[in-house]
Amino acid sequence: MAAATVLSMSEIENKAMNIGIDLSTIVFDNIVLPPGDDFGITSDDEDILHEEVAPKFETGYGNVIVVDNLPVVSPEKFAKLEGVIRKIYSQTGVIKERGLWMPVNPDTDMTLGYCFVEFNTAQEAKEAKEKTDGYKLDKSHIFIVDMFDDIERYMNVPEEWTPAEIKPYEAGDHLQHWLTDEKARDQFVIRAGTVTEIFWNDARQLRPDPVYQYQYWIDNFVQWSPLGTYLATVHRQGAIVWGGKSTFNRIHRFPHNQVKHIDFSPGERFLVTYSSQEPSNPRDTHRVVLNIFYLRTGKLMRDFKGSVDDFTTGGSGGLSGISWPIFKWGGGNEDKYFARIGKNAIYVYETETFILVDKKSYKVDNVGDFSWSPTDSILALFVPELGGGNQPARVSLVQMPGKVELRQKNLFSVSDCKMYWQSNGEYLAVKVDRYTKTKKSTYTGFELFRIKERDIPIEVLELDNKNDKIIAFAWEPKGHRFAVIHGDGPRPDVSFYSMKTGGITARVSKLTTLKAKQANALYWSPAGRFIVLAGLKGFNGQLEFYNVDDLETMATGEHFMCTDIEWDPTGRYVATAVTLVHVMENGFHIWSFNGKLLYRIPKDHFFQFQWRPHPQSLLSSEKEEEISRNLRKYSKKYEAEDQDVSLALSEQNRKKRRVLQEEWETWTARWKQYLEEQELRLQLRDGEPSDDEGSQEQYEAKEVEAEEVLDVHEEIVD
Amino acid sequence: MRPILMKGHERPLTFLKYNREGDLLLSCAKDHTPTVWFADDGQRLGTYRGHNGAVWCCDVSHDSTRLVTGSADQSVKLWDVQTGTQLYSFNFNSPARSVDFSVGDKLVVITTDPFMGNPSTIQVKRIAEDPADQTSDSVLTIKGPQGRINRAVWGPLNKTIISAGEDSIIRIWDSETGQLLKESDKESGHQKTISSLCMFTDKSHFLTGSADKSAKLWDTRSLTLLKTYQMDRPVNAVAISPLLDHVVIGGGQEAVNVTMTDRRAGKFEAKFYHKILQDEIGGVKGHFGPINALAFNPDGRSFSSGGEDGYVRLHHFDPDYFSIRM
Repeated sequence: MAAATVLSMSEIENKAMNIGIDLSTIVFDNIVLPPGDDFGITSDDEDILHEEVAPKFETGYGNVIVVDNLPVVSPEKFAKLEGVIRKIYSQTGVIKERGLWMPVNPDTDMTLGYCFVEFNTAQEAKEAKEKTDGYKLDKSHIFIVDMFDDIERYMNVPEEWTPAEIKPYEAGDHLQHWLTDEKARDQFVIRAGTVTEIFWNDARQLRPDPVYQYQYWIDNFVQWSPLGTYLATVHRQGAIVWGGKSTFNRIHRFPHNQVKHIDFSPGERFLVTYSSQEPSNPRDTHRVVLNIFYLRTGKLMRDFKGSVDDFTTGGSGGLSGISWPIFKWGGGNEDKYFARIGKNAIYVYETETFILVDKKSYKVDNVGDFSWSPTDSILALFVPELGGGNQPARVSLVQMPGKVELRQKNLFSVSDCKMYWQSNGEYLAVKVDRYTKTKKSTYTGFELFRIKERDIPIEVLELDNKNDKIIAFAWEPKGHRFAVIHGDGPRPDVSFYSMKTGGITARVSKLTTLKAKQANALYWSPAGRFIVLAGLKGFNGQLEFYNVDDLETMATGEHFMCTDIEWDPTGRYVATAVTLVHVMENGFHIWSFNGKLLYRIPKDHFFQFQWRPHPQSLLSSEKEEEISRNLRKYSKKYEAEDQDVSLALSEQNRKKRRVLQEEWETWTARWKQYLEEQELRLQLRDGEPSDDEGSQEQYEAKEVEAEEVLDVHEEIVD
Repeated sequence: MRPILMKGHERPLTFLKYNREGDLLLSCAKDHTPTVWFADDGQRLGTYRGHNGAVWCCDVSHDSTRLVTGSADQSVKLWDVQTGTQLYSFNFNSPARSVDFSVGDKLVVITTDPFMGNPSTIQVKRIAEDPADQTSDSVLTIKGPQGRINRAVWGPLNKTIISAGEDSIIRIWDSETGQLLKESDKESGHQKTISSLCMFTDKSHFLTGSADKSAKLWDTRSLTLLKTYQMDRPVNAVAISPLLDHVVIGGGQEAVNVTMTDRRAGKFEAKFYHKILQDEIGGVKGHFGPINALAFNPDGRSFSSGGEDGYVRLHHFDPDYFSIRM
């Protein structure tokens, strides 16, 4: 049989007919091929076997470690040494019964300087290796601990160094292709049920245009990278990033078992993955693993392991202890630094070397919170009050590297502080909650830092009614204004402030206050100027589209029970969504920036909506200004396009309608034929016509005067 | 369009029916007493007392003299429309779900629910000219479909009976022999319980509403699927305008869930769709429970809706309704 080519089904049927076999009697699964011959048909499993990372087989020794560099001892001291080792390793895990074996040289009866320890679980073995590798028994005996499974691998390392094979350069996929869309559309990803889909937002056609769809793509969630280049999907075994020109190809896999959170660095150079593991002993804390990968190559740059307590600031630790992201990235888009907070210190790492800046942590007693400037290597720190108010709370700005304190402000009777950076790093607003004199309640004020000005002047801002609760605060992106929702009760006020009023020495002042708004969240357009005041969840999804330049409301809308709102990266459209947080009405709406509802897509079991972010514009600010000056010239072209599209759309619509109408007319013509049955129907009705026969005018309303005699009585008239 | 709110029932509405002239509106509810109203101003004219259970359905004769009602008290009763006296009672061993007069009013088709081991049935009774001669004999009894049969109506010239119900399949039966003539296609047909069925006045096509959140328009003779109207909620009631190419569809989420959501989320609107283009025209809000019943006035100039909230809302269309251009 020389059938090295794959036959089509019909050919097979013909062949079977010829040789007189009834195909329906054959169970294909029962056919056994002669060993070693696949008849030119490759198995489905073949891909998996030939993948770069072939599936590993469990050797069964995953729970065994090898401890080397032990003292070589005589039989007399054997028991003593064994006792010491047992003591060391029973601290880290449970050694199996007869799980400690120290081989002995049969000639000299001396030990060989190493031993094997078998634990109950592989996890314990790993932990033991991490903890005791490098353990100093005494000066000359420093433990070298390895996993048993690794020994074989080490044995196979060739003695001689062979130069690594250099692969020829392959041009990568155009990862930013979506930005060159002719219609200048934006993409978004949604997740509903088991399906993850990516769409173009085709606002002209008033519908989403599918790009890519995948069933069961992911186990946990999806996330765009900050500049939109990649889409990351999070699975049980780790994270995967996807990207490409027309389809989404897998670019790298980042293995990290049970990964829970991921975070990209703002410049897309690094990816942080996080997992926490249930402890085997319930009294222990959760174990946390953090990996930092280099995104372009998928290389693991550094990992951090420890208990949850190491990664939280004081408090009780435990499950709720960590606040994601643990590592905050600094130094703008260059991803120069990342830092995390610890007890009484901030750990700042450099991405050049992946070690601490100046090789030591930055000690700040009792530090409560910190944040990076979005553009510069400036840290803002908050230290709460100490010693019952003897030592005031303070907010300070620290320049990295060098740890130079640029500015500091002491604050008294503070209960809490929150820091808000403006997106260009020009301003920092610190929301300060202070106790009233009775210490029974708090009131709020703002400390506003002008970072880019000489000596970093600070202004204090208090609301007109300083007892108002602050519900939300938001800076205008790249702008000098901010919005605050303040007040108690169901209808709070919204105020707008500007940092640039009052001539040369700029001062902060209020632009306007909108009274009694049903809003609890603020969403600025990424281009500034426009803002959506939203009443999410409890406020039923009221939306107000507000123009801050003209201080006027452009439109109001409602997306009932709306839970999430996101502007597209260009500030042209707004997406509002009801996710699974709310059981009913799942789906999303797309609005224009001025509050016109463009289209609605209902989706059951709706989890996520995310716009694909844009990288920073490459245009210089002068060029941008020039474009906005000549906007009319440019817009003409687009308006013409818009008109073409809408014409084509209405033409399409008309056609569709005509077809429907014609179709219907054929039906009514057919039904007319049955009118001949009229006679029969008349018979059924005993000669009385029914209402559908003849025109409506056949019977008309007549006024019938009916006289009824109520009473008759005679009266005799004289 | 200002609705006339008719408060007369104490329990959820189940069915609404206009007489041929369109001057009377008959309403059925779970509160045992069918009620007759003036269709013009919503005045209550009278009630028909005698049932001892929820009344699911009714039909009125061509000349508006006889009323037939089907009830959960396992009886179908025949009434004098004008006086409200009960003329006859057909008794069954399970609740009666739907009733429909034939053309000529000589026959009535009744469906009964599956109950205490009895399967659901479609039965045809002859209506005597003189109530004194009325007997309870069935001319025809059809058994077969699984589950409740929510509606059975006469086809053109009384030659067929069309039934639909919980098994989500529409069936056409021969009204003489009881033979099954046609079944709707499972693929293109409804996917869940069919809750309502409404015949067009000339019986050429009919509309069905289903819990699968859609309403579908069918050809009566060939059972061809003509149109589908997609909704975002289960459909409880449908009606076809006799005047314009409009259909009205009503529903809302299941009554069990009503208390858990805001009334704006419940979607208790009566939605108007263009019959041919399948586009949504508009909606009429007002009920604070799902809509269970809808009916068009035979002149097409008003319609009424009955809700789980126990109200009947009577709407006379504004002049601009008649000039809607699609």
